[in-house]
Amino acid sequence: MSIDHDTLRHLSEVSVAVELETPEMTLNIGPQHPSTHGVLRLVAKVDGERCYDVQPVIGYMHRGYEKLSEVRTYPQITTIINRIDWVSGYANEIPFIVAAERLMELEVPERAQYIRLILTEMARIASHLVFNASYPLELGAATPLFFALRERERVLDLLEGVTGGRFHPNFNRIGGVKPAYGAGSQTRKLAQDLPKGFLAETRQAMDRVLEVCDELEDLVAGNEIILARTKGIGTIPPEVAAAYGVSGPNLRASGVRFDLRKVEDYLPYDRFDWEVPVGENGDCWDRWWVRLQEIRQSAKIIQQAIDSIPSGPLQAKVPKVIKVPKGETYVRAENPKGEMGYYLISEGGLGPYRLKIRSASFSNISILPWLLEGVLVPDIIAIMGSLDFVLGDVDR
Amino acid sequence: MIADLLSNFWVLLAVKVLIVAALIPVAGLVVGFAELKLSAKMQSRVGPYFAGGRWGWAQLLADGIKFFQKEDIVPENADRPVFKIAPALVLMGAVALWVVIPWGPGLVFRDLDVGIFYALAISSISTIGVLMAGWASANKYSLIGGLRAAGQLIAYELPLVLAVVGVVIMAGTMSLEGIVRAQAGWFGEGGPGLPFVIPQFVGFVIFMIAALAELTRIPFDMPIAESELVMGYLTEYSGFRFLFFFLAEFSNMFALSAIAATAFLGGYWMPGLTESQLTFAGPLILVAKVMVLVFLMIWFRWTFPRLREDQLQTLAWKWLIPIALVNIVATGILKVVI
Repeated sequence: MSIDHDTLRHLSEVSVAVELETPEMTLNIGPQHPSTHGVLRLVAKVDGERCYDVQPVIGYMHRGYEKLSEVRTYPQITTIINRIDWVSGYANEIPFIVAAERLMELEVPERAQYIRLILTEMARIASHLVFNASYPLELGAATPLFFALRERERVLDLLEGVTGGRFHPNFNRIGGVKPAYGAGSQTRKLAQDLPKGFLAETRQAMDRVLEVCDELEDLVAGNEIILARTKGIGTIPPEVAAAYGVSGPNLRASGVRFDLRKVEDYLPYDRFDWEVPVGENGDCWDRWWVRLQEIRQSAKIIQQAIDSIPSGPLQAKVPKVIKVPKGETYVRAENPKGEMGYYLISEGGLGPYRLKIRSASFSNISILPWLLEGVLVPDIIAIMGSLDFVLGDVDR
Repeated sequence: MIADLLSNFWVLLAVKVLIVAALIPVAGLVVGFAELKLSAKMQSRVGPYFAGGRWGWAQLLADGIKFFQKEDIVPENADRPVFKIAPALVLMGAVALWVVIPWGPGLVFRDLDVGIFYALAISSISTIGVLMAGWASANKYSLIGGLRAAGQLIAYELPLVLAVVGVVIMAGTMSLEGIVRAQAGWFGEGGPGLPFVIPQFVGFVIFMIAALAELTRIPFDMPIAESELVMGYLTEYSGFRFLFFFLAEFSNMFALSAIAATAFLGGYWMPGLTESQLTFAGPLILVAKVMVLVFLMIWFRWTFPRLREDQLQTLAWKWLIPIALVNIVATGILKVVI
């Protein structure tokens, strides 16, 4: 059968009457998923690979730390609060301890402050190394993980040598830091200080950390595919970041030069020479890059602190039973994940009347629905990973 | 006696099938073990250490036995027959690829006239299996993974074939055995010969990139994409069905490398060896060349992250295919001039 020209034209004008049904697909990412850093759940409405609505569902890890704090004494609280952001457990303790000390109007010895500062920066390095290592893994590159975690292990070993804990040091005491061998021990007089050789080893470890930063930069920043996957993806303009309460490296990646270590005076950061690295575009790449620079700055701070650490006692004079006078205060600190603050209300008892915890990750992921609108499914993971949140820090 | 037996078609067929059936797990184990150990080296780890006594050589055997012990779970909503056939189909594509690989002069299971065409066509069957697995699993992640695999197949089948066309033009035959002979006798009988990777370097690079995409290995592993799709089309598979996919991946890796080695690196041939020497040394030479290519693939895998789906398509349609077409034209002109 031959088809003449008219028939062909007629055929081309016939339209298909059947409407194909292409409903949107609701994709549940999490709570159990390799890239949700724990138990975050994202309900994504996707059309093929394009997703046009994402709602994060949180609360799977709620442990009620604010309420638990109300029925505990002050020394007991540090135990639970360093489980908020377990990747940098030590750093969580600082703002709370400082808040209690401010209400008690305690003068913390210089040496204790320096030790706090060194350990906080070590916790920051450990936390950022985890991010800088695991972010390429989320994009599919497995090897940087091992390079960075190797050095993180070194840092954690040092942290463990001082505090006795890798993740949950529980090392701060109101008025200072815990003596190395415990207050009641027989060796108290001999060993009330940092472990022998700690400072020299830390200096070496910092040199290695700086080296691994270079290695990571070679491996990741020189990789075309990583740049193609992260540049221009998930851009947060500074105004939007501020509106959502995004803080920490995520905010600085958007070009806002705001670091609580420079603004507040909870630890003597002003005595050292260091810079606040900021990004240009606020995309995923800048967030990775800013954190890498922060590792370098932290290593720099630690090396300076080691050089100038004063000798002296580790503990101010405090009563045996700690009672915080009536009053309220808010102390915020620059944690690895962002701004962490404790609003402490004391009625003069053994424990706080109310402790409100402002954690960085909670505010940081609140921007997710805005950020994930209209992106591709692989970019959901790339953007989510770049915000560097910890679920314990989101749910508390 | 043995010669008599082997001259019987059915006996010969049975022997050949047995050899292929034995070679595939062995190749899978060797490649898999190389991957474990090399990735460990690249990541300053030790890798498997205890299984089998030394160097953990029995690690993959132990893994295989573990898979057999596991429960074979079929999801309730799955399309049961399709779900069950899919792994077999994937493995079939991997097995069928072995038929045309020449291991030495005359050492080939079946020297087809359209050998290389057959190899590239049959390797696509695996992707149909992957699509079936993704569809039948009744899992959204599997579905996305399966569809990504289908898109990838369409995009990368073309550069794979086009890259080989240059070789076919130069050799003047599609038979893999013929391609090896063409390379060995490029400067006349007994001459130094010429591996086609030198005149066809562009084709070789395109072939390797497209082969990586066909194998769905990093940087083209979007159908699996652990961090996004959990395990892609493999998400719902367990036990020995999962093992089938695993085996197919490593066996495919070996087989596609063997095709690349044959088409571009001279296959079993090495300069300076006579025909009879090649009969014995051929398989070893081929394996050595294959392992070099396998090493390259493993190296890429542990160095690169994965691309995004649209970037993968851009790479195929905007770069690889036009370059391959230009390469074909250039080869054609070269052939005419020479």
